[in-house]
Amino acid sequence: MALIRTENLSHTYSTGTPFERVAVHDINFTAEKGEYVGIIGATGSGKSTFIQHLNGLLKPTTGNVYYDGTDIHESKKHTHDIRFKVGLVFQYPEYQLFESTVFDDIAFGPKNMGLPEDEIRERVYEAAGFVGLGESFMEKSPFGLSGGEKRRAAIAGVIAMRPEVLILDEPTAGLDPQGQAEIIRNIMSYKATHGATVLLVTHNMEEIARNVNRIVLLNKGNIVMDGTPAHVFSESERLSKLGLAAPKASLIAAKLRTLGLPLEQDIYTLKRLRKNLNELKGESGKLKAENEQHEIMAGQMNRPPVLQQEDVTGQMNRPPVWDANDGGEQHA
Amino acid sequence: MLKDITLGQFFPGDTLVHRLDPRTKLILMVVYITALFMAKGFPAYTFMLAVLITCLAVSRIKPKAIFRGLKPIFIIICITVILNIFFIRGETVLFQYRAIVITQEGLITAVFMASRLMMLIISTFLLTYTTSPITLTDGLERMLSPLKKIKLPVHEFAMMMSIALRMIPTLIEETDKIMSAQKSRGADFETGGLLKRAKAVLPLLIPLFISAFRRADELATAMESRCYHGGEGRTKMKILRFASRDFVALLFGACIVAAVVLLN
Repeated sequence: MALIRTENLSHTYSTGTPFERVAVHDINFTAEKGEYVGIIGATGSGKSTFIQHLNGLLKPTTGNVYYDGTDIHESKKHTHDIRFKVGLVFQYPEYQLFESTVFDDIAFGPKNMGLPEDEIRERVYEAAGFVGLGESFMEKSPFGLSGGEKRRAAIAGVIAMRPEVLILDEPTAGLDPQGQAEIIRNIMSYKATHGATVLLVTHNMEEIARNVNRIVLLNKGNIVMDGTPAHVFSESERLSKLGLAAPKASLIAAKLRTLGLPLEQDIYTLKRLRKNLNELKGESGKLKAENEQHEIMAGQMNRPPVLQQEDVTGQMNRPPVWDANDGGEQHA
Repeated sequence: MLKDITLGQFFPGDTLVHRLDPRTKLILMVVYITALFMAKGFPAYTFMLAVLITCLAVSRIKPKAIFRGLKPIFIIICITVILNIFFIRGETVLFQYRAIVITQEGLITAVFMASRLMMLIISTFLLTYTTSPITLTDGLERMLSPLKKIKLPVHEFAMMMSIALRMIPTLIEETDKIMSAQKSRGADFETGGLLKRAKAVLPLLIPLFISAFRRADELATAMESRCYHGGEGRTKMKILRFASRDFVALLFGACIVAAVVLLN
């Protein structure tokens, strides 16, 4: 049975005023235990409103939300208990820090659960471990930490409740690449240890391509796509119409395909692209020039993605053109 | 939710009232309130009510918006009514039970007081609903500018006021967000005794203050990097000018006072 399920979920803000606005409309969504779902959509597509229904912060205008088969708005107490099972990490969670030490702040959630002192301690240390904050951080003030450390402390505050479902709203926004990678690793290690379901809301397609096994695409409050990354990213034109872009790797693959390379259809990570290119290189001893280009590409895989696309497409296009021109001039 | 609170909310529009100079509207509001306190007796009150309704109709403010704005002061009106009914002793007794005496005079005063209060509040709505906070502070600054001669920091005062007004919605939004975040960690703002509730507010207040200070700091930096250095030598892009409609409106204000005096 689905762990979390919404049934015809709709939400309208400021009903009956001139500012009335439908944020999500008739959403039927399910997530199984252990799934890793990416939620994407342009700004204003209703992602944040949607996820706030899953832990009962917002009450649906119409429709229902079920957790493990029970309606989460069954009673006030039940809704309150659900919040410990469905952990929600807001955007910029570091702004919710308030305690005088990191330990106390992470302990806020477990304390509200009414756990005994030693269990709280254990959970705080475990959660801090997941996000890579060592013992030396515990007695520090959260306000003295760096941006990335603050973010991780705040995420630990939710993880310490050991939620079965962990929802994160753009957890990597505004961090440097290293900090981003670290947060994603932290989430993965929590998921691996507790078998939790993770819903990740993000604008970062590379991030989502590397990790999730299912993508839900929201547009104007509706789910317009729901499927594997390969399926969703194969429709790059549709994505760009909805204000999004497929990961760079799948764009590069598409471009290479139009240039005549027989690449496979389900490429959306650089790793996969590189592997496929190497395979092609191995099986065909065709043109020397093409082989050289593969090597150039393989060498560039570690660079930041933005540069890659331009460099690669540039390299793919130019050399033959120059050759032709040079040849032409010589003949003339 | 917190977002639904109306706090001197501005409803954009393009009516005669919207187009009036903010100074005119400020003066008219003061004139109207003064007249309201001068008014005695039924005819004068009816006249004042008629004036108010006409103005509301011209400005096309929805009755719903007015009722919503009146909600917070509903209790004050109730208390006024109750106090007046029971504590004003007149001659014509309408109802008597032991020490409880209700007289006709008490009843009438209660009705007058309640309607005066409501008209007073509604007349301020007329100003804030039809004037954007920025034009309003601009108008205030212009009106108070003679005070600059006696070294009162009028510009700074106006700037502070417009920043404060500008920040209210931001802070409300922020409060909402932090509240949701703490609720997600199991915080409970709704149940428990006074002490428990007071304690529960801390996880809300501390982040809110921190972010308010951060915002203030950022705003100060942003203003300084655009070379803001106070009001000295500062010019306006849109200079307020009285139009003929403003003179007509002020004349109308004078007529109100005259009419009230006559009706008394």
